[in-house]
Order: sequence, then C-alpha cells, then structure tokens
Amino acid sequence: MKSAFNLRTIVVALVVAGLVLLPVYSALTGKVFILTMFTRIIILALAAASLNLIMGYGGMMSFGHAAYLGIGGYAVGILAFEGIGSGFIQWPVALIASALFALVIGALSLRTRGVYFIMITLAFAQMAYYIASSLSRYGADDGLTIYKRSNFGGLIDLSNRTQFYYVCLACLLGGIYLIWRIVNSRFGLVVQGVRSNEQRMQAIGFHANRYRLVCFVISGTICGLAGALLANNTDFVSPAVMYWTRSGDLMVMVILGGMGTLFGPVIGAIVFLLLEELLSQITEYWAMIMGPLLLLIVLFARGGIMGLLARFSRG
Amino acid sequence: MLVVVEQMLNGLQFGLLLFLLAAGLTLVFGIMDFVNLAHGSLYMMGAYFAATFVAWTGNFILGCVMALGATLLLGILLEFVALRHLYNRDHLDHVLATFGLILFFNDAVRLIWGPAGLALPLPSWLTVPVQILPGVNYPAYRLSIIAVALLVAALLYVVVMRTRIGMLIRAGASNREMIGALGINIKLLFTLVFGLGAALAGLAGLMQAPILTVQIGMGENILILAFVIIVIGGIGSIRGAFMAAIFVGMIDTLGRAFLPDLLRKVLSSTAASTAAPAMSSMLIYLLMAIVLVVRPEGLFPAAKR
Repeated sequence: MKSAFNLRTIVVALVVAGLVLLPVYSALTGKVFILTMFTRIIILALAAASLNLIMGYGGMMSFGHAAYLGIGGYAVGILAFEGIGSGFIQWPVALIASALFALVIGALSLRTRGVYFIMITLAFAQMAYYIASSLSRYGADDGLTIYKRSNFGGLIDLSNRTQFYYVCLACLLGGIYLIWRIVNSRFGLVVQGVRSNEQRMQAIGFHANRYRLVCFVISGTICGLAGALLANNTDFVSPAVMYWTRSGDLMVMVILGGMGTLFGPVIGAIVFLLLEELLSQITEYWAMIMGPLLLLIVLFARGGIMGLLARFSRG
Repeated sequence: MLVVVEQMLNGLQFGLLLFLLAAGLTLVFGIMDFVNLAHGSLYMMGAYFAATFVAWTGNFILGCVMALGATLLLGILLEFVALRHLYNRDHLDHVLATFGLILFFNDAVRLIWGPAGLALPLPSWLTVPVQILPGVNYPAYRLSIIAVALLVAALLYVVVMRTRIGMLIRAGASNREMIGALGINIKLLFTLVFGLGAALAGLAGLMQAPILTVQIGMGENILILAFVIIVIGGIGSIRGAFMAAIFVGMIDTLGRAFLPDLLRKVLSSTAASTAAPAMSSMLIYLLMAIVLVVRPEGLFPAAKR
C-alpha cells in the first residue's frame, strides 16, 4: 500500500509540476496552441474536481453539473453585456448565483436517492439549458459574445494568455486545497459517513440531508467559478455549455481519473480532453471510438487511472 | 374552442408517444435495475430504420414493420454484447456505459446516413384530414398514432398482467434471485424484456418521424422528458408511466399553445413574448419539482420490493 501511495504521489507531483511549467515550455517553443488548450483543460478540471466532491466523497451522483458552468458563465456574460466589466462584481455574482441555484435544486433533489437523483439533477440542468436558450436579449440559442474579459483593475490582466493561465491554475490548485480541507474536516467526515451509511449517521444524531445540501452547494459554487473562467477563456457563453452531454463529460472525467481521489479528476480531465483532441485529429467521427472506449473503461478499469496506478504498484 | 380540442388531441398524442418511450425505460429499470440512457438512441434508430426501409420498399406499413423488427434485433444485440455485463454494477456505471453508447450511435448515424436529417413521407391515405366532431378536422396520421399507441398500451397491459411471460416479468421485478432459483432462465428473460423495451422505443421513434424530421440527437431531448415522466409516475410502474406521460404530454402541448396568450393578458406583450417560451419549457420541470416535494416516490409507485 505504501508503494502504491508513492507511485500515485509521483504521478500527481509530475502532473502539477508540468502544469506549472507549461507556459515556459509554450514560450520557449512558441506553441501558443498548447497554452490555450491547457487553459481549457485546467478550467474543466476544476469543474470535475467540484463534481468529485459530491460524487466521490458525498455519494451524490449529479448528472447536471454543467448547469453551474453555464450559470457562472452567464453571470459574467450578462453583467459584461449590461456594462459592468469589473471582475470584483462579476465573479462574486457568478459564485452567488451558482450557490443559489445549487441550494434550490439541491433542496429538491436531495429528497430522492439513487437513480431518481441522477435523473432529477439531469432534468433541472436541462431546465437551465432551456431557460438560457430563451433569453432573447442575451442571444438565446446563438449565445452571447463577451467583448471584454473581466476587469481586475491593474491587478491582473486576463487578456494576457500567460496571466490568465496562471489565474486558472491558481483557482484549480486553490479549489483542490479547499476540497482537501473540507474532506478532512469534521464536516467532510460526516458527509462521507452519510455516503457509507445514512441510517447510522441519522441514528447517532446527524441531520444527514443538511450536511449533504451544504456539500452540494459548495460543489456548485466551485463549479460556478469554473464557469466564470470558462466564459472568460472563450470570450463567449452559450446554452451549449450546459447541455447534458457536457455534464456527462464531467462525470466521465471524474470516473476516468478515479472517483473519490483528490487529483483523480484533474488527471481524468487531462486524459479525456487530450484523447478527444487526438482522436478528432485522426477522424471526424472520433466519438465512434470514444464511446466504446468509455464502455471498456467502465467494464474493465474500475477505480479509474488512480485505481490502476494503485493496482500497478501493488503488482 | 376548436383550437382547444385540437390541442388536447395533440397533447394526448404526444403523451402516448412519450408513454411508449417511458414504458420501455421503466420496464427495463423495474426488472433489471438498469438505467439505460441509450434508450433515446434506440428511439432515433427506429426513426432512421423506418425512413430507410420505407424508401427502400416503397410501402409505408411494410417499412415500419421492418424497422420495428430491426430495432428489436438491435436492442437484443446490444444487450447481448455489452449491457448484460453491467447488471451487477452500480447505477453510475450504467449511466457512463450507456452515455458512451449514445456518443457511438450519434456518430455512427452521422457516418452512415450523413449529417443532414431525413424525411419520412406519409402515404396519401394518411394525410387526409378526418372530421372528428362537426366542424373539427384532425389529421388522420395523428389519429392513427393515438390508436396504435392505445392499442400497444392495452397489449402491454394484457401481456404483463395476463400471460405467463408477464407473470415472470412481474416476478422478476419483485425478486430476481428467487425466480432464478425457481428455475427460470433469467438471462433470456432479461434479453427479451430489453428487446421489448427497444422495440417500444423504436415504435415511438418511427411514429414521430413523419411529424418531425429524422435527425441526429432527436432521442436526447425526448429521453429527458421520459425521465421526468418516470420520476413523476414512480420508477418501475407502467401504470404510473402511462398516467404521467399523458399528463406531461398535455401540459407541455397546452402550455406551449396557450401560455403566450394567457401571459399577454397579464403582462405587456414584449415581456410576455420573452417570458412565454421560457415558462412553457419550464412547466414540466416545475410540475416535477412539485411532485417531488409532495410525494418523493412518485405519484403511482410500483409495489415495494
């Protein structure tokens, strides 16, 4: 077990070091493309990490997580459209809006368990998608172009690729640190206790659903931040970011990397998005390979990449 | 008044189609405890098969029957090759694996039939309007959808409640291990049930095809409506799926038809025309939220295991 821990630690350390040094590599080789691609990967890794908090540690299988990507994005986009460009206003609004949405749908969805929960979070996210598609003032189906990225005064310039990359990376590492603290706190232990045996936790006096709901809201809020970053990255937000296949992608990233491990979702996001990039260069019909691949991963690689690493080093 | 009758019939027709889709989903879930996201893909395949076979044979009915058979076979093949290995896994694995299948089917269709949608033209005897009430005409095709769907629903009821196969299906839903121990071939039963569900989805798809265009992703939005129906009706309950499907079909259709006018009476016309589309697409989800608050297990839950 000790060696398994070591191999995983080595891989995680290498990945983090690689992410930190990536802009240097990009500047030296002049490959701007790599930097923009990894900015997107890092943002979606943050979203996947937030999903992992409820899915891996809380046992809540949300199939509507992309809704927060859209809500965070639309908060930035709509405020920018209405002439409020300051990131000090846009970002907190994005977080608060995501938190409120998570509070409402969490309070309703957490009345159910299992498959019902999967279907209901999916349905609510679809509802958010339809609402966004009918916002005729903000572009409806066609989406909303953001002409100026969030303005943080002289502090940071988000239009600078390298600075924006490091902002995203800081958000990702900060988010993971936060999740780590939460998971190891009393609160996090209660949430994990509820995942493994709800009745027992109820019996010893914990309001299981309150803990679950708070965890759900925290996760939604972190994903809202990812949404705000994503909108800044693409200078554009459209209903498509919250389409349900996007929620499915996030779930796949979490499972692929290893559910319930701290860095699993990051590795999952990197592998998934690089694979997507690679396959789409080979063939236009990349999803025809990706789909069965997913099936094989589910059938044969339980525990995801982190699980494989652990098994590999155990021999 | 005429418009109301027409829209009510449209709602009924849409609700019955949704029932065909939801029935397969809830049957598979109730008996195999399996969540099948790719159910919408089977719906899509039914429509594509129908468009292809009708064009090939030149006969609408023959083409539809062939398409139904093809969807049934596809469902059985799918179950045999991939899905039966997943029954012992948890629901999350089901969701992921079938999500992968959706990706596969969408691109496979794009590869075979191309990215543009297909049309499934109706034969002339189905396009004539029928006078259902004095002064009220309704398209014959939509009427025939209602008739076929009601017939299938009745047939499903008889098969599940009155035949030996149905008895096994119900027994399987209440205790899988037990009927296995009593010497019933569960694997075969599961394959049959999955094929039946696939055929129902295919039927819904091919009947909807002449009304909408046959296109990639057509199964996805309607699949989510089917989920809402199952949640409202109670998972595993065919009766619940039937009631909820009619209810959802009605509310969705009537909401889209009349909500804009109703809102215009309360709000200014510009505000109404912005709010109405959002509100009518939200209506179903609001309904689901209310049901969840009042009865989290659904309106007509299946008997407890």
